[in-house]
Amino acid sequence: MNKSLIYGLLLSILMVIAPHADHLPIWVSSMCVGLLLWRGYLVYSGKALPKRWLLMSITFAGTVGIIFNFHTLFGREAGVTLLLMLAALKLMELRNARDAMVLVYLACFIIITNFFYSQSISTALYMLATLMVIVTTWVHLQAQGIALKPRLRIAAVLLMQALPLTLILFILFPRVQGPLWGLPQDAYASTGLDDRMSPGSLSRLGLSEAVAFRVTYSDKPPRRDQMYWRGPVLWYFDGRTWTPGIVTLSEAPKFTEVSQPIDYSVTLEPHNKPWLFALDVPDKLSVQSKLTYDFQVLNKEPVHARMRYTARSYLAYHANLQEAPRQLQRGLQLPRQSNPRAQQLAAEWRAGSKDDAAIVNTALSYFYKQGFVYTLEPPLLGSNTVDDFLFGTKQGFCEHYASAFVFLMRAANIPARVVTGYLGGEFNEVGNYYIVRQSDAHAWAEVWLAGKGWVRVDPTGAIAPDRVERGLSAALSDTAALPFMERNPPEWMRSLRFDLDALANQWNQWVLGYDTERQFAVLTRLGMESVTWQNMAINMMSGLAIVIALFALFMLRHLYTRQPDKVQAVWLKLCRKLADAGLPRAAHEGAQDYAVRVAAARPELAEAIHDLATRYTALRYGAHREEQAQREFIHLIQKFPSFRRTS
Amino acid sequence: MSQNLNNVIKQAEQIILGKPQQIRFALACLLARGHLLIEDLPGVGKTTLAHVLARTLGLQFQRIQFTSDLLPADILGVSVYQRDTGEFKFHPGPIFAQMILADEINRATPKAQSALLEAMEEQQVTIEGTTRALPAPFFVIATQNPAYQIGTFALPESQLDRFLMRIQMGYPDAHAERGLLSGVDRREIVAQLSPQMESNELLALQKRAREIFVSPALLDYVQAILRHTREQARYTHGLSPRAGLALLSAARAWALLDGRDAVIPEDVQAVLPGVVSHRLQAVGEHTKRSSELLVRDLIEAVAIP
Repeated sequence: MNKSLIYGLLLSILMVIAPHADHLPIWVSSMCVGLLLWRGYLVYSGKALPKRWLLMSITFAGTVGIIFNFHTLFGREAGVTLLLMLAALKLMELRNARDAMVLVYLACFIIITNFFYSQSISTALYMLATLMVIVTTWVHLQAQGIALKPRLRIAAVLLMQALPLTLILFILFPRVQGPLWGLPQDAYASTGLDDRMSPGSLSRLGLSEAVAFRVTYSDKPPRRDQMYWRGPVLWYFDGRTWTPGIVTLSEAPKFTEVSQPIDYSVTLEPHNKPWLFALDVPDKLSVQSKLTYDFQVLNKEPVHARMRYTARSYLAYHANLQEAPRQLQRGLQLPRQSNPRAQQLAAEWRAGSKDDAAIVNTALSYFYKQGFVYTLEPPLLGSNTVDDFLFGTKQGFCEHYASAFVFLMRAANIPARVVTGYLGGEFNEVGNYYIVRQSDAHAWAEVWLAGKGWVRVDPTGAIAPDRVERGLSAALSDTAALPFMERNPPEWMRSLRFDLDALANQWNQWVLGYDTERQFAVLTRLGMESVTWQNMAINMMSGLAIVIALFALFMLRHLYTRQPDKVQAVWLKLCRKLADAGLPRAAHEGAQDYAVRVAAARPELAEAIHDLATRYTALRYGAHREEQAQREFIHLIQKFPSFRRTS
Repeated sequence: MSQNLNNVIKQAEQIILGKPQQIRFALACLLARGHLLIEDLPGVGKTTLAHVLARTLGLQFQRIQFTSDLLPADILGVSVYQRDTGEFKFHPGPIFAQMILADEINRATPKAQSALLEAMEEQQVTIEGTTRALPAPFFVIATQNPAYQIGTFALPESQLDRFLMRIQMGYPDAHAERGLLSGVDRREIVAQLSPQMESNELLALQKRAREIFVSPALLDYVQAILRHTREQARYTHGLSPRAGLALLSAARAWALLDGRDAVIPEDVQAVLPGVVSHRLQAVGEHTKRSSELLVRDLIEAVAIP
């Protein structure tokens, strides 16, 4: 087997294995690298392949290692790891064309496994490049004598030919809802809002640039300080951590005097949690979901795949004016005997105020006046977190303020709760949508006031109004801790990022998010009258058949059209030149006859034209066509003078 | 090309004045192992042509004058009972020669005609159950008088197809006729002619003619011609595949005469009048056109691919 073919196979395997490096156990990665290097050395030095018993023992040891590592050989992680290890080992027993073929197919299959981990554009492009390498190697395997450049060309042509077939399969292959296409739960990295909030949990998210969801507004977007994306609502406080507590009611919430409806669509990145995000307060969603009593939207199941929905919210509302006493009771829960100073402060406010609303205002102005600082890197807090924060450090991120505020309200006998979610977003001019990132995560408070229902109060707004109005980077005095792009990047970088994100958005919407509904919509628009899987299958089959037939027609064209002869072509060129001189050749006129006629009319050309006619007849009708003679003939015709058109 | 072949042409041209084309046609026909039909008035040199070719090529020559009472046995030969041995002895007819001049073939009955035509086709004759091979080379020049058709049996189209070519002699031009009139008696010259070639050499040339190369491009051209005759409404029927084969072998012989080892479209065009004029019939208004013009039209109508 020739060396460059083996190098090609090595490169193919290296390229398909490489992206797995970041989640393979380190010993498997090193083993693969070692095997590849070893194989490369064997090819380079021309030494013999390792003995069979050695390979067997390596394989056995590796398999045992995987079982030890994962406690199984099946499932995504263990299965893929085993596959990669075996692919690298297969290189070590590469002896004949059949082994090479197996490796090519194996490499193609490993491409698929990469999509278990990432389905981004960059992964797809990288895999395309990998596929190109694999197909080029495969072409090399099939036809040894071809040089690299034509091999690449053949591979490119093959991939191009696969393109329409891919498109047809992509558009028409019946999508099935449910677990058949779903990836295992651990396929998704879990980043995002949790339904537990303790000091530091949100500020950690503040560092993440990952996209939480993207929003397109049907009409004018709302003001920035109204973009509160409602997530988990937290009721229960144990002194350090806020959790939803035990839900006791399953009644529908009640809105009254709603106004300012707003319609929008959200493309939510998978976050492995059931909740969906909607603007305060959500009313209707296009997907089947449940609106809880505290206005959370819950999906039927955790969001494991990117999900798209449209929603309607009301920006002005009165929520649950008549709140159940049990619910109000939950809004007053406090951990026993904690944070005495905060309790005392609240009691003072209660004594000095005439109603609840005044206490709320007092609290907000307290935050504003007492020199609180808004920072991503607050100092650590002791056991009485609220006391420590209010009277000690006075530095905090939104969760500190929301937590302290709700604590104070409850201590002052006002029902209150913490709401987490996202605030704001970044507008992408290119795609005309908003990007909401994990760094936009936010926490705020809601208090229940008689006659007004649940009212949103954002204590962060009191100390850092910029956070609400302009975003995180504007609100922080020290932005060094933020990721580079969250600070103030150059304009071109910003716009580049918008372009890339717009592209990623399209990719998400149309490629990854092409589900049953999308498919239905697209096919209906394409004119398919009843979109059933039978129809799709029929259309898909006939589409594939048509495309393949067209390719076949094109590739077998030599059967029904003769390749235009090069000699003939240049001869006709000469005839055109002479036609310009007023001596057109009749269609039925043979070369010799024509030469005689031309020579008679233009004696100065006689010698040349006779020579050319003789060469032409010899080349076109003669038994042997010599390359050299053909080149000479073509050269002579090119040299033959052109004439100014006489007509 | 063989020097001797050149000499043959030269010698023939010295005797048959002003008819170089007809001489070449006849030779091409011979080289292509076909047979020639000359259709013209008496006295334009048909017989002389046959004579000259036979003498210069060194072929045994026989002339059969076709008459209405000619019987097949008169052509093929007959077995006669030998009293002394008590056996039948075959007496070969005039057909057992290398070159036959079948003069005024249309005056004989179809029975006699077909005896000749079958011999031409099969290069052998079967008499009283015994098959006898004809000599090689075997070449028949038949003549036919188109003017006086009363009491004649014109050859049907199917029989005409047996002839590779049909040519006309035509009157000589003034210059040639002057030479003819002022010169010595042709018959005397013919008698003095020396053969320029042996029959073995002729056979070799025939073999060479079959080996002349035909390129796919040329086949395209021949097929285009055949297709044209089949598609055009002006002909009663198109050319048969046999006509196509005849056209090719004639063109090969023509290329050999021109000293080339491959056929070019000009060869096809050159032999086309001889090969197709007796195979194509025009319909309607086109019948008035002479067969020569008809072929001219055909050549001009088909582009060389």
